[in-house]
Amino acid sequence: MSSKRLAYPIFRIVMLTVVVMTLVIPFAWMVLSSFKSNLAITDPKQLLSFSPTLANYETVFGVADFLPFLINSLVIGLASTLVSLVIGVPAAWVMARYQMTKSSTGVLVARIIPTISLLIPWYYIFAQTGLAGTYTSLILAHMFVSLPLIVWIMLGFFEQLPIDLEESAQVDGLTPIGAFWRITLRLSTPGLATAGILSFIFSWNNFMFALILSSAQTRTLPIALYNFISYASIDWGGLMAASVTITLPVCVFALIFQRYVVAGLTAGSMKG
Amino acid sequence: MTPLHPPAATTSRLSAFANKHRKYVLAGPATFFIACMLIIPLGFTVYLSMTGASGSVSRNADFIGLANYLEVLTSNDRFWPAVGRTFAFTAVVLAVEMLAGLGVALLLWRTFRGDSIIRVIILLPLVATPVAVGMMWMLIFHPTIGAANEILSWIGVSAQGWLSDPRQALPTLMFIDIWQWTPMVALILLAGLRSISDEPLEAAAVDGANSFQRLIHVILPTLAPTLITALLLRAIDALKTFDIIYATKGKGGGSYHEAETLNILAYSYSFDYQYYGKASAVLVLFLIIILAICAVLIIMRKGRKA
Repeated sequence: MSSKRLAYPIFRIVMLTVVVMTLVIPFAWMVLSSFKSNLAITDPKQLLSFSPTLANYETVFGVADFLPFLINSLVIGLASTLVSLVIGVPAAWVMARYQMTKSSTGVLVARIIPTISLLIPWYYIFAQTGLAGTYTSLILAHMFVSLPLIVWIMLGFFEQLPIDLEESAQVDGLTPIGAFWRITLRLSTPGLATAGILSFIFSWNNFMFALILSSAQTRTLPIALYNFISYASIDWGGLMAASVTITLPVCVFALIFQRYVVAGLTAGSMKG
Repeated sequence: MTPLHPPAATTSRLSAFANKHRKYVLAGPATFFIACMLIIPLGFTVYLSMTGASGSVSRNADFIGLANYLEVLTSNDRFWPAVGRTFAFTAVVLAVEMLAGLGVALLLWRTFRGDSIIRVIILLPLVATPVAVGMMWMLIFHPTIGAANEILSWIGVSAQGWLSDPRQALPTLMFIDIWQWTPMVALILLAGLRSISDEPLEAAAVDGANSFQRLIHVILPTLAPTLITALLLRAIDALKTFDIIYATKGKGGGSYHEAETLNILAYSYSFDYQYYGKASAVLVLFLIIILAICAVLIIMRKGRKA
């Protein structure tokens, strides 16, 4: 093999190593710091050799009491995803089958608009209807992100699904909705998984809605994490443990369902 | 084939109705939800932008026409600097993310042993919670205890202020955004590269084109629609960047508003000062800017496809 043909594989290995290191080292730093005492964090000599402690995690789940926030994030993420799937998937199906382009443009607009421009009216409406600070108001707000996302992903999925099976099911006596329910949905597990998983991740990571709309009882994890730095001196160890507590579940979740996450993030980029 | 249960007589009329009007029955709830959450509130924001609403949203506000717009558009201390920062931030992160994303995508294009592990690692930054990402970089870029300055000291460079230095805050935030979202561009472009057929590339190789010529004359033109889509998706989010800026710089983008973009400014007017009228005017202007940019990109993509 000539040296020229070896050059690219070596170049590629070097460059990809740099990329991977750049992406991984900050995370590793965060995880390491979460097991350090604040004294060890400030001491450059204890960069890698330090005596690990769980004290920061005790702070997060003890003093800062993160468990209720974790439950709030779970409840809001699951509920907004489920309701969005229930109303979004049938909508995506009729939009795909009957080329309802105007409706699908509306979905795109919902993605483009800066959500802050809706927060003042929402805040006002929720205050007037007594929903301010409740789970309902947060679930509705998160659905504004998850529903367009789910419709967008499922629209692309249904457009690629062959129509023949639905048609032959209708010849066999099923109604159009019956064919959708019994045939199409059965074949849509990958699409549904993609849409649901991505919707949950977006909800879990959302910061702005809960910042305005949540109360002490419905506060989500990102807000709890943000409140950590509102004190005079920052407890860096605790802050990093809290950051790991938020990031780890979503990273593990994304690693398990890697295929679906990639499909969802790149959805719509390949088609018209 | 699963046996089909004949529908009960009572539900059959309902079923017939639903099937006859399926477009409206199935798309109805989702459309109704979006309309309620989008169109009505947006109308309310436009209305608020023409009132002097402040303090409490429920208090009646005077209609003052375009006075808020006039005030905002002549505000040289907050609005125009925020417009400048929003565009600078978006332009820099988009340029770097597209170039670096294309580079990473090209590196991962041809499969090799272990490439699936790299694709998994690439996913981590973009699923990580942005607020936590902000906190993580805040420790790394801390002026006295951060690892960034520690590493600089090894090569003899003096300590930098990073996020706490008014001149360096915005560039540091650009870096964080680039770190988090380059993988997204890479994944989209990788999907695009994998869908390019081999024939034109082989033909170009037979004609004696080297790798660089093939990239410029074959790969990039074929990839153009995907490139514009990635640009569009990233532009929408980069213009609206909020979480990392608010988490690391707090209200108003820092003491000197050094990292205040339009989104941060609108948030500040809305919820720090409760100037709802003025905030709504900023938001309407911001929305017009975003829609204009997206329209240009969508038209560009249509033109490429035709």
